[in-house]
Amino acid sequence: MTAQPAAPVLAGGGPAGAWRNRLRRLAQAVRRSPLGRCALVVWHNRWVRFALRRAGRLVVSLWVVVTAAFSMIHLIPGDPVRASMGITASPAAVEARREALGLNRPIWDQYTGFIKGLFTGELGDSIYLRTTVWDTLTARAPATMSLAGAAFVVALLIAVPVGLTMAVITRRGRAPKAELGFVGITVVLGAIPDFIYCSVFAAVLGARLGWLPVANTGNSASYVIPVLALAMPPAAVLTRIIRVEVLGVMNTDYIRTARAKRLPAWRVYLLHALPNAVTATLTLGGMLLAGLMIGTVLVENVYNWPGLGQTLVTAITGNDYSLAQGIILFFGVGVLVINTVVDVALALLDPRSTVSEG
Amino acid sequence: MATKTANQARPSAQLRRAFATPMGLVALICLALVLFLAAFGPFIWGEASQTRDLTNLSGGPSAEHWAGTDAGGRDMLARVLVASRLSIMMALESTAISLVVGLILGSAPIILGRRVGRVVNWFIGIAVAFPGLLLALFFAVVFGSGAHQAAVAIGLAGGPSFARLCQTLIAGVLGRDYVAAAKVGGVGRFRLFGRHVLPNIGEPLVVNATIGAGNALLAFASLSFLGLGVQMPQFDWGRLLKECLEQQFRFHPLASLTPGYFVVVAGLAFSLTGESIARAMSFTSLGDLGLRGKARRRAAQLAAVADAARAPDTASATVPDAVLTVRDLTVTFPAGPGEVRPVRGVSFDIGPGEAVGLVGESGSGKSLTALAVAGLIESPGRVAATELGFLGEDLSRDGAGAHRRLLGTSLAMVFQDPMSSLNPTQKVGHQLAELAHEHGDLSWRQAQARAVDRLAAVRLPEAKRRAKQYPHEYSGGMRQRAMIGLGVMLTPKLIIADEPTTALDVTVQEQVLDLLQAIRREDGVALLFISHDVSVVGDICDRVMVMYAGRIVETLPVTRLHGGAAHPYTRALVAAVPTMATDLDQPLPTIPGRPVEPAEVPPGCAFAARCPLADARCREQEPALEPWLDGQVACWRPVGADTPATAATLGGPRLGAVPTARRAVKETVETTRVAARGAVDQAKAAARDAAGQVRDALRSAADQTRRAVLGEEEGPTEPGHEEAQP
Repeated sequence: MTAQPAAPVLAGGGPAGAWRNRLRRLAQAVRRSPLGRCALVVWHNRWVRFALRRAGRLVVSLWVVVTAAFSMIHLIPGDPVRASMGITASPAAVEARREALGLNRPIWDQYTGFIKGLFTGELGDSIYLRTTVWDTLTARAPATMSLAGAAFVVALLIAVPVGLTMAVITRRGRAPKAELGFVGITVVLGAIPDFIYCSVFAAVLGARLGWLPVANTGNSASYVIPVLALAMPPAAVLTRIIRVEVLGVMNTDYIRTARAKRLPAWRVYLLHALPNAVTATLTLGGMLLAGLMIGTVLVENVYNWPGLGQTLVTAITGNDYSLAQGIILFFGVGVLVINTVVDVALALLDPRSTVSEG
Repeated sequence: MATKTANQARPSAQLRRAFATPMGLVALICLALVLFLAAFGPFIWGEASQTRDLTNLSGGPSAEHWAGTDAGGRDMLARVLVASRLSIMMALESTAISLVVGLILGSAPIILGRRVGRVVNWFIGIAVAFPGLLLALFFAVVFGSGAHQAAVAIGLAGGPSFARLCQTLIAGVLGRDYVAAAKVGGVGRFRLFGRHVLPNIGEPLVVNATIGAGNALLAFASLSFLGLGVQMPQFDWGRLLKECLEQQFRFHPLASLTPGYFVVVAGLAFSLTGESIARAMSFTSLGDLGLRGKARRRAAQLAAVADAARAPDTASATVPDAVLTVRDLTVTFPAGPGEVRPVRGVSFDIGPGEAVGLVGESGSGKSLTALAVAGLIESPGRVAATELGFLGEDLSRDGAGAHRRLLGTSLAMVFQDPMSSLNPTQKVGHQLAELAHEHGDLSWRQAQARAVDRLAAVRLPEAKRRAKQYPHEYSGGMRQRAMIGLGVMLTPKLIIADEPTTALDVTVQEQVLDLLQAIRREDGVALLFISHDVSVVGDICDRVMVMYAGRIVETLPVTRLHGGAAHPYTRALVAAVPTMATDLDQPLPTIPGRPVEPAEVPPGCAFAARCPLADARCREQEPALEPWLDGQVACWRPVGADTPATAATLGGPRLGAVPTARRAVKETVETTRVAARGAVDQAKAAARDAAGQVRDALRSAADQTRRAVLGEEEGPTEPGHEEAQP
């Protein structure tokens, strides 16, 4: 064996080989050109890769949610139009409604129309509200989102200080009785559903004590009861998680380093321990925020809050399919947006998470 | 696996333990009550719930009607009690549906093959991201309102999370040997699932179904409350709560919440019973509690005996200008009813600029000594000393806060594992600057500049750029440099380095050791260097202290380390290190026996059981640390006092300065490097190969030694978990 024929074999091999060589040369040229070099630098930047990967996942999930929302009407057993109008409606009226909903068109046509409608804001009409679904969404979403957002902030404001304090008090097995009591209380508080909280608060703070309105009156005092009710279960769960996370972090070597630096205790706990405990907290916090948003459905019904939750229940009981579809879609997309925001926040807080996972 | 076998052995004992906690017991009692109501409620209170008291419509709580009456004058409490059956039946129906859906989806990968399984997994992954209530509402739109429709909706909504659970459980089962064997043996997919997988995931699945039933109960109450579940004239708790809030709330707000109280109690009863069982099952491998208690009591007794026998070290007079003065230092941890004392009266001094090594096997208390000196032992550990002087201040007096500034500026610590000793969420430069900002009164900007300067001083390339990076962007050696850089941010008088090179590569070890030496020489910093590796200590230190079972057994100048040591333990440690002269065909010399556990220190000399020279006195009386030549030794039969024959019994310590393996390899690598520098590429590569071979040989030899010295249970890197042991 001599080394002589190596180069010709590579270059030769008929037209396929020639093409391969030409492609390779092209790739090299691209790689050397300023634009190509830029592209390579950008591609090797972990933030760019992270953004692309995360955006890709978001798009796929969005497609799943949109398709699920679309197929909802078609999954309804029997004839949804007939069911929604009752047995007494005339066949002509049923046909007219079917046409208005677009259910007589071929299914592929309906699907593309539905997706097109998402971009133009045409999601159909609500039968009972006599408005378009889009108008209802834009009019009522702010009430729901302000409720969920405020509840999330309140949950964090309760959970972070209480969880951190409990971690400091119970670190390394100190105060075992306080720990037992704390775990018991948070388990029970976290298991009570928000609509029960809302009813209890309305009964005690509203009806019995008269401090707050028993149902929504439109002023800012009306926020207190539903926000507290929504915030209670996630606050209890988060408090427990934060305590466990901070306890874990406080046993690490880098906290020992921080203590060896003789930093004041508050600096060790707040600046060194807490940021490292945030990762798990935030992951869970995202799920809790999504749960909060859906939890508004119940609380709005208890407290007569003019948001999407109340509207959704009326839509379902009244067989107002387009409206129910629109609101479910809104909540689904909301969950995806929250998950994405949490992932990005995680990446910014802990740069390691951009590199991990394939 | 241990858990599993224990499970099968005594399930009744397990369950008993689950309900031994107050929470578990309360949950179980509540669950029994709830199930009793579901079974007999309609028979007992059925009639009462139908009787209308027309004189008392929407009445408040009274002796006759504890929870008041509804708008039709019917007794509220009776109605709530009757409603338990429907509420619980519906919850169980939903749970059963969730369980079936979860099992089907979760087992798809084994039954339908990998490709279909992948699609199913992907789908589950997306579905579990959505809150259960949203999925339930989605299905409620599809199926419409009604009791069974709502049950199906909740059941389907709970499917994805049960599928996740099944996947996890199945993956655990498939990893077991007998399942792998069945697979190799050609057992069909369905048979594999039915005979091997299902029976093994059954128990945890049932326990989790109990938790799931609690959640389903709450979810079903929610849907009924919204009017999407149970419809008139039937009623469950959710439906009743809705009616009460509409009719009774404005007259008797608290009584109108009665159905809500039942929902909460029943939901918690299911969930907490499940949680208690699950927790008890996973804790089984910890072993029988009674036995553990006995072991602890025995340990405490032994510790007390050892304590009584403890003779304080005879300390030389306090060195006037010493950087660190330690007298009779003890570290104690509570262990069950008693306590253990891993450090039992240690006394030493370190002079200015002096480098002192502290060697011993793992568990000898050397790391704890260092942490105690630095005031870093946390409660429940306790540190006591008759004197703990650092730069003229007595650290054993006043609180830790009183000496914060002195310790912050003058005492630097370098820890064993550089990978975990830096905060992963802060930039390295910031972590250094923080120290100067806190104790050096520098502004943040000045502190940052100082950090870059110090990083450059520890020979970190491109210090300015590196300062802005996070620890995970550093290699292990770079992180340890950064830790040393942290140590020299201010003006340290003493650096305590706790196994600073153990976690590093042999070549990187050399660089880090050189760096420590350089800092010591330039700034006149004293060094307390802790290591289990005698040869490293011999390279870098002036004086060596040898620790065994929580006490110093010998101190000696490093020149006497090879061949001149008096304590049999020191000689054994030195003999266990292979040198270039070691015959590799012979087994490496080891120290027979195991190190002493802090909980079971024997009455006499702690080393007696492993010492070839030990006699009756050694086993009965503990020797004190007495002056010996130019050092100290705590031994009844120090080598050199006896006949020279003792040297032979101790595994042939080589007299005279035999170069250690490390030093020899260092020289080899150095000469190779010099030779290669001017040579052609080929020669360079060959030299690199040679160096690599030498390094590999050394590494394996070092590992072997370490394992031999540390006893079998220790891995190649010595974990610094002594602190956590008690």
